[in-house]
Amino acid sequence: MPVVPLRHRGRWIFAALLTLLFAGLLTSMVTNPRFQWPVVYRYLFDSAILDGLAMTIWLTVAAMAIGVVLGTVVALMRISKNPVLGAVASGYLWAFRGTPLLVQLIFWYNLSALYPKITLGFPFGPSLGSFDANTYITVYVAALLGLGLNEGAYMSEIVRSGLNSVPPGQREAAEALGMPGHRVMTRIILPQAMRVIIPPTGNQLIGMLKTTSLVSVIAMQELLYSAQLIYTVNFQTIPLLIVASIWYLVLTTVLSIGQHFLERHFGKSDRRANAAGAGGEDEEKDELAPMGNS
Amino acid sequence: MRSSHPSPAGAFAVVARGVEKYFGHLQVLKGVNLTVEYGKVCCILGPSGSGKSTFLRCMNHLERLDKGFLEVGGELVGYREQGGKLYEMKKSEVARQRADIGMVFQNFNLFPHMTVLQNIIEAPVYVRRIDRKQAVEHAMDLLSKVGLTAKADAYPRTLSGGQQQRVAIARALAMKPKLMLFDEPTSALDPELVGEVLNVMRGLAAEGMTMVVVTHELGFAREVCDKVVFMDGGVVVEEGSPDELFNNTRTARAKAFLGKVL
Ligand SMILES: Nc1ncnc2c1ncn2[C@@H]1O[C@H](COP(=O)(O)OP(=O)(O)OP(=O)(O)O)[C@@H](O)[C@H]1O
Ligand SMILES: [Mg+2]
Repeated sequence: MPVVPLRHRGRWIFAALLTLLFAGLLTSMVTNPRFQWPVVYRYLFDSAILDGLAMTIWLTVAAMAIGVVLGTVVALMRISKNPVLGAVASGYLWAFRGTPLLVQLIFWYNLSALYPKITLGFPFGPSLGSFDANTYITVYVAALLGLGLNEGAYMSEIVRSGLNSVPPGQREAAEALGMPGHRVMTRIILPQAMRVIIPPTGNQLIGMLKTTSLVSVIAMQELLYSAQLIYTVNFQTIPLLIVASIWYLVLTTVLSIGQHFLERHFGKSDRRANAAGAGGEDEEKDELAPMGNS
Repeated sequence: MRSSHPSPAGAFAVVARGVEKYFGHLQVLKGVNLTVEYGKVCCILGPSGSGKSTFLRCMNHLERLDKGFLEVGGELVGYREQGGKLYEMKKSEVARQRADIGMVFQNFNLFPHMTVLQNIIEAPVYVRRIDRKQAVEHAMDLLSKVGLTAKADAYPRTLSGGQQQRVAIARALAMKPKLMLFDEPTSALDPELVGEVLNVMRGLAAEGMTMVVVTHELGFAREVCDKVVFMDGGVVVEEGSPDELFNNTRTARAKAFLGKVL
């Protein structure tokens, strides 16, 4: 008897409507002269834009690196048995997750107003030297500090949940073998925590790429600010925002593809192992020798 | 073959006197006394929650005891005595002590991100600082002893429970321990896999390895153990040879327990 599958009539109608809508949007974008596509094209590879793009990439990488290192340290502080370390870490999280990044950035930018001279040394003790905040807390440093410190707070939660995902028996087994604490962490706990840590870190990286646009408020010449500098002169606001958006899209697309492969790689090691297990079980016979009272 | 492990005649591998342990307000160990001679196998039986695991874990300082005296291999576990007081050891010193005490867990606890071989050589290479080639050779010897040479490059999750537990035993043996602790090594296994693990343990006992085994396998206890200890409510209620404990049970509590499980 022939089988007639259910016809999804509603689905087809809905898809057709959406296609129409999208086609209309596309034609309007192409035909509306105010989109100024020639201008977009002219500025897409403009050297100022490309410099901004390079800065955005560099800021993303550097801030993320700071965030990962700081996040790991803070996560370790939070799970440590030292109450002072734990409290300091919690205080840091509380402050940096509880205030908007935008405020933090402006704050770092204006740090020199608060501490014109920054002295390194011990409270009430000898000083190790001092420097002028105005010269050293440049836009650049303020941007890195702001993005990195903020990211560290979020990364520490990711790292912590990764560490918590490792069953306590793993630590016990390693300790029972006489492994010292730092080795237990670097050889046993962290490698296993990685599978939990890596996927959300990919999301954070993509988020960071877009978040760097915030530092345009402190006049850091990254992608968005480079575009803004151009349109404040020639008033081609929309085309230049489109230029910036295209580049952001290119970068996030590349990162998403990378993330996809990274996650597949991690998933694969699981699958490969399982497949090997299924096959290995029949092909090799267990050769347990009878062990007697020899 | 008892000569393969050092066994100073008559010396005690484990001496516990009045060991007490609290978890918060809950007193789990209420003065445990036990001695285990070198080269002997001691089995600990007892109902769930009687403190068997806790006591075993005290022996390599995975739990710290709150009161009493616990010596393994002639050294206080986790503490140093000085001027009539006990000072807790530094972590590195505790780690050094643990290296000489092998432990096998109910849930195997193999490192899932390492192959069987890597699991076994990890501690010898990085803790004992043994040359890698030598460690691999020793590991392969141990794998052949537990009948798993073919699985050297397999990952733990591809192995059956019984195979995993045999790897875990090989991993502990790789440190050439003076004492082996087993916490219900067969409780997580399907019944048909219990035998292969007990066989390995039987072989170790025959070689003269000093072992303390928490188990519910009464057949194993009867056949292999030199001494059987019955724990209940955080104390040792009765101890003796398997014959004394199983055939001439003295205490009512041990009788009731054995009656239930036999
Ligand atoms: N980390 C812990 N924190 C609080 N209580 C604990 C902890 N570990 C064990 N206990 C308690 O201590 C008591 C003894 O536990 P233990 O694991 O030593 O018993 P056991 O004799 O090994 O039992 P089983 O046969 O079920 O393994 C139990 O009441 C248990 O709930
Ligand atoms: Mg137990």
